Amino acid sequence: MTDLAALSSFLVSAVGLAVPLALAALGETVSERSGVINIGLEGSVIWGALGGALGALAMGPYWGLAAGALAGGLAALVFAGFAVRLGTDQIITGTAVTIGSLGFTGAVFQSRFGATGLALELPTVPVWEVPLLSRIPVLGPAFFDQAVTAYLAYAMVPLLGWFLFRTRWGLALRAAGESPEAAHAAGVPVVGTRMLAAVFGGLMAGLAGAHLSLVHTGTFAENMSAGKGFIAIAVVVLGRWQPWGVFAAALFFGGAEALQFTLQALDADLPYPLFLALPYVLSLAALAGWFGRSRAPEGLALPWPR
Amino acid sequence: MRALRATPTRLRPGLVATLTATAAVLATLAVAAVLLALGGHSPAEAFAALARGAFGSWDRFVSFTLVRATPLLLTGLAVAFAFRARVWNIGAEGQLHAGALAGVAVALALPGAGAVLVLPVTLLAAAAAGALWASVPAAMKTGMGVGEVITTLLMNFVAMFLAQFLVQGPLRESRGVFNQTDEIPAAAHLPAVLPDTWLHAGFLLGILIAVALWLYLTRTPGGFRIRAAGASVRAAEVSGRFSVTPVIWLSFLASGAIAGLAGWIQIAGVTHRMYEGLSPGWGYTAIAVALLARLHPLAVVVTAIVFGALSAGGGAMQREAGVPEVWVRGIEALVILAVLTADRIVQGMARRAAQ
Repeated sequence: MTDLAALSSFLVSAVGLAVPLALAALGETVSERSGVINIGLEGSVIWGALGGALGALAMGPYWGLAAGALAGGLAALVFAGFAVRLGTDQIITGTAVTIGSLGFTGAVFQSRFGATGLALELPTVPVWEVPLLSRIPVLGPAFFDQAVTAYLAYAMVPLLGWFLFRTRWGLALRAAGESPEAAHAAGVPVVGTRMLAAVFGGLMAGLAGAHLSLVHTGTFAENMSAGKGFIAIAVVVLGRWQPWGVFAAALFFGGAEALQFTLQALDADLPYPLFLALPYVLSLAALAGWFGRSRAPEGLALPWPR
Repeated sequence: MRALRATPTRLRPGLVATLTATAAVLATLAVAAVLLALGGHSPAEAFAALARGAFGSWDRFVSFTLVRATPLLLTGLAVAFAFRARVWNIGAEGQLHAGALAGVAVALALPGAGAVLVLPVTLLAAAAAGALWASVPAAMKTGMGVGEVITTLLMNFVAMFLAQFLVQGPLRESRGVFNQTDEIPAAAHLPAVLPDTWLHAGFLLGILIAVALWLYLTRTPGGFRIRAAGASVRAAEVSGRFSVTPVIWLSFLASGAIAGLAGWIQIAGVTHRMYEGLSPGWGYTAIAVALLARLHPLAVVVTAIVFGALSAGGGAMQREAGVPEVWVRGIEALVILAVLTADRIVQGMARRAAQ
């Protein structure tokens, strides 16, 4: 393999691995900007993977993506019903949603398909090659020869940037996250805003899960979310709660994961678990302010009304 | 019900806590029964099989339920102690891995030494490693004002990958077949405490730590400060009597040390070697254990046994009633949500009564 071909195949797999992280993390960015940290995101991802699988079997791969997003959104609705509407602790509620989702998706999967251990074969979402753009050397095949989920993730970046920072609704949402008291006084329905933001985060995480089952693997397995929802929360931190930053951070995490496969393929005897740990260490460094000021929304994880 | 609503503040807090926990468990059983029925299973058969698996015989209870309760007891205590001071340590999973690695590394480095030396030294190493792992989020919280929820979560992943690296590389078994360490020397094994069972001294150590934490919280000035900081950081500082920074440090370090012990004790008492995926998520289940115990160290002993029973009975539920074992995870989640809901209801009643 030439160096350029190796680089190109590395980038293809890096972007592919980054897409579910970017989708889930962009959704979580909106949720956290409204003051809701959803540790239950992992639950939305696994429900998305299962919903995607069931939807694709019943109605084809594209409806599968929609079903996956819906399933992730419903999991987030349960989370928000407790953590936002009822005002229970966000962290503990999110942990419960994650634990329960991993359990109940396993239960649903086993009752539908049995615990035979036979791999499930799903109809997969085809790759769309973008004309011209996919011809760009090295970068083209990596970014513009992907499934529709990747293009959705790209589109979300400027869209969310515009929504959060250029619209009244975005301002209201950020106000609910920075200072719910002030937002409430200004007439922003804090509870409703936070519910919607959390459910949007769940829809995106569900889409990320459907990407795992319908694009990435073409199958469903219990626990296949493998911590992606948790990683997405780290991605938001490293991306400093900015859509562009979050997208770049997702690429970085995806790259670290892809490096593992590239190194294995090259048979290089390198300690790849340490590469996998690197993005987490850098996220901690980012929080410690090594890359300039980075600050979570002031009202993050605080209940409203108090 | 009317009496409770009229005078919630006059009820003893311990009684209210016990009542809410019991109500939460009953609500969980009810919801789980409905879900099981919806899933086409017989709730009665499932619960009966689960109970048989967990309590069906002396050996089932001691060798399965209590042995499985041990890591949950220790991590549950770690979480409860931190949460008491409003330190949201969700990093018990990482601290557990750090402790497990340190204990194994030290045990393997002392091949010829006797148990009198190896046991205390490995336990200390595990506690120190867990505390060290917790000190990073502690420093970031006290020094830079960075919230511990995200940092402890991130540290979990770093610990997991560090463990993966070590069992694949420097600490890999000398046969070089599996990604696991060599077996630790017999001197490092925790002794069995009951004849003809698998119960090891780690369970008793957990109970000792529970009693020690309870005495510390209720009988010492330091414990008072932790409870005060837990009640309200603002009030504690405004009263001018003490700064909360040392309280936060102590909570992190003690919590990390106990979680670190959990990891090593599982190896020294049960598996006798470290491998990838040692913990099925005890550090997270611990949150449910601590919460159901209302963060009371002695009650953690009880709730850890309840969750140990769920884990021990899950297999029997699958074999005898055909209910997949993963249902146990769902039931754990329902317990947490039920406790949180019960808490909000009690708070609401207290608020209405105060008006």
